[in-house]
Amino acid sequence: MSNLPRPDDLAKRVHYEPPSKDWMDLPTDIKPGRYCYASNPASVEYVGLPNARPWNPLEEDWKLPENWQEIILNGMRERLDKYRTFKVFMDICVRCGACADKCHYFIGSGDPRNMPVLRAELLRSVYRGEFTKAGKILGRFAGARKLTLDVLKEWWYYFFQCSECRRCSVFCPYGIDTAEITILGRELLNLVGLNIDWIATPVANCYRTGNHLGIQPHAFKDMLEFFCDDIEEITGIRPEPSFNKKGVDILFVTPSGDVFADPGTYTCMGYLMLFEYLKREYGLEVTWSTYASEGGNFGFFTSHETMKRLNSKMYMEAERLGAKWILGGECGHMWRVINQYMDTLNGPDFQKGHMITPYNPITGTTFHNAASTKMVHIAEFTADLIKHGKLNLDKSRNSNICLTWHDSCNPARGMGLLEEPRYVARAVVDKFYDMPENTIREQTFCCGGGAGLNAGENDELRMMGGLPRANAVRYVHEKHGVNMLGCVCAIDRAVFPPLMEYWCPEVQVCGLHELVANALVFPGESERETDLRGEPLPGKEDE
Amino acid sequence: MKALYSLFLVFALVLIALLGAGAAGWQYAFGVVIPYVAAVVFVVGFCLRVVKWARSPVPFRIPTTCGQQKSLPWIPQAKIENPSSTGGVIVRMLLEILFFRSLFRNTKVEMYDGPKVRYTSSKWLWLGGLAFHYAFLVVFLRHMRLFTEPIPWPIGMLETLDTILQIGAPTLYMSDLVLVAAASYLFLRRVVVPQIRFISQAADYFPLFLILAIALSGISMRYFTKVSIIDVKVLTMGLVTFHPVIPDGIGPIFFVHLFLVSVLLVYFPLSKLMHMGGVFMSPTRNLANTNRAVRHVNPWKFENVHYHTYDEYEDEFREKMIEADLPVDKEGPESAEEGASNV
Ligand code: SF4
Ligand code: SF4
Repeated sequence: MSNLPRPDDLAKRVHYEPPSKDWMDLPTDIKPGRYCYASNPASVEYVGLPNARPWNPLEEDWKLPENWQEIILNGMRERLDKYRTFKVFMDICVRCGACADKCHYFIGSGDPRNMPVLRAELLRSVYRGEFTKAGKILGRFAGARKLTLDVLKEWWYYFFQCSECRRCSVFCPYGIDTAEITILGRELLNLVGLNIDWIATPVANCYRTGNHLGIQPHAFKDMLEFFCDDIEEITGIRPEPSFNKKGVDILFVTPSGDVFADPGTYTCMGYLMLFEYLKREYGLEVTWSTYASEGGNFGFFTSHETMKRLNSKMYMEAERLGAKWILGGECGHMWRVINQYMDTLNGPDFQKGHMITPYNPITGTTFHNAASTKMVHIAEFTADLIKHGKLNLDKSRNSNICLTWHDSCNPARGMGLLEEPRYVARAVVDKFYDMPENTIREQTFCCGGGAGLNAGENDELRMMGGLPRANAVRYVHEKHGVNMLGCVCAIDRAVFPPLMEYWCPEVQVCGLHELVANALVFPGESERETDLRGEPLPGKEDE
Repeated sequence: MKALYSLFLVFALVLIALLGAGAAGWQYAFGVVIPYVAAVVFVVGFCLRVVKWARSPVPFRIPTTCGQQKSLPWIPQAKIENPSSTGGVIVRMLLEILFFRSLFRNTKVEMYDGPKVRYTSSKWLWLGGLAFHYAFLVVFLRHMRLFTEPIPWPIGMLETLDTILQIGAPTLYMSDLVLVAAASYLFLRRVVVPQIRFISQAADYFPLFLILAIALSGISMRYFTKVSIIDVKVLTMGLVTFHPVIPDGIGPIFFVHLFLVSVLLVYFPLSKLMHMGGVFMSPTRNLANTNRAVRHVNPWKFENVHYHTYDEYEDEFREKMIEADLPVDKEGPESAEEGASNV
């Protein structure tokens, strides 16, 4: 963060007025702080993606294959045939500009190519120039251009400045989803080996070890047991999680970010405590898997195909272990993939029929909304438990928390998970204030680091992109004294702490199940002095 | 600059019609041949375009959810913004198509006090767009009186409603007024708002100028240059009954009007105006969010997809797993040996 300007200075640089020149004549200037490092060739090679080689975006030569143009254009042709979205979204944008000021990267940077419409035009102009008659004949007049090296570089730079959050799509009168265009654009870039390392290496890691951090099975188990030690120290209760255990009804899959970095680790402790509670009180067992130890799917930021390859592990593991259904942890794009892609991608091949419509024997609830994927979100699961009074909760333990809720983009706009986490949060925290209407629910703002952009080297981009979110948080902080930002996404939990520190330092970040676990009262637990973070509980400060 | 190009282009079109149908007297070409060709291009082009879209499948179910999903029975679902039934989807689409629902949400962003951002409601584009499209629709329907005999009563009704203010003689059509005002607004917005100017292309100005020119030529015929409406009807009825006739004495301004309409019809399927068809085809809006409840089938298959299976995984990590007391499917060679030596 050392090179970052001070917040006020960064904000002063933002001007929404674009230059007077035509955008096609404005050169793309690749600025450090706004792009991520190129992918490590070993990672690219490991998963067999094309053109693995060392390269540097700041150098002139990107070491592309000789026939790169042909590869890209063929790739476009193929995708136009495979995705109606691609064709329709290329054709029907009227450039009304309703989406223009909806993107957090535009709001925070003022860079006109970060207006979603223009981000899409980068690709659309080539579509017109190479695939439509009008564009071929009329050229510039029809907004068409040819695919040149400069254009390709512009694509790379700006498609990796989109966190695929879909906010723009909410406002478009035709539902044009720039995230979908970015996804396909990134797929095309991948065909010639243009990726970023914060995606390529997690992909390789997930493929090999099951999780994006490359944690090997024994270490994964160690880490969770380490959390159990902490929990035992705080509560006197020691969770005994099971791993890769056959014959357990429920397989649990969560983003591995929660296993690795604060404050996600507290959420992870929350899961462990909840499962232990359910086991002790109701005999319901849940197993973790080291093989399918990642919910987050970095393949989604690479290509549909890579997404499918990584996603397959969840069903393969459920099949192998004989689990009846899968419970999914708090993760953003993991849920976008589960909700919108998983069943179509891998359901028929890997769900061999022993799995059942998720059913919670404790409450008697059948999750009909997950009848086909057999996957339930943990916020749905916990909300159901609370609704039926199955958890003994003591809200007062969270009484030093004044919470606001961040609707993580993917569950919000790709699924519609809005009330379940709020219901749970309200059951465990007294003081809850929502941010202004224009910044929550389907209009929620991205954390600035989604879609694989959560790297260190692009911190300027992240701080700019996170400005709208942080701004809304600061509003409720000043108005209601909010001091905690809750969310159901592991990337949020990784991205928000530095973002908050930069724009709104008084606010901390947590996941939903950290709050649940703090409030959860175990029979026979020792009197708790601290919360999961080791901070004194309200009323215990003086003792 | 792009706006000027487009303006010149529309002027040129007007000139072509004036010279062609007026000075050169090619009235048959401008009154019969070109309109027929244009109509055919429009219908065929429109259908081809929609068919072309429809030929690409929708492999994944990707609705943009703008409200609460259907989940637990006690959580109220946003049945329209996040529909889970065909009925919900239909209502969502109707709201979108008839009332521009998504555009209604529009906000405007402002930065103030350094790093503070504010979003204010901004319904002008929604209003302008809605006014433009409805006025266009009314004008279009009103013109049906020229193509029908007897004139169906709804068209008569529409006309009565449209002139209900009873201003001037001939009475002013409100739709004319609204159409010109709305199109002018949409144009001004493109030149005045810097961001919109930046994203605008010739292809955005051209149809606006074209439609404005069509509207203005129509208005001028009715209120100023006065063409013989009876002759016009003879011509239009001739066209629809496929017995085209060109009555004498229709002013050249009529041919300008007709020619511009013909150009619009030809331009339509080649351009962004196809949003009229495309709005129905958008998978983010026209699919129900039953993604987890019902299987959605992708008609094409991924080729050569390799998976990293559990067996491969265990082969790589077996020893470490055994050491960490994690269950394994196959005992590793080492542990097998150990087992053997213990015996
Ligand atoms: S809102 Fe939709 S139609 Fe309007 S400019 Fe954006 S993508 Fe194009
Ligand atoms: S998907 Fe999100 S990040 Fe991408 S252009 Fe739209 S608003 Fe911006």
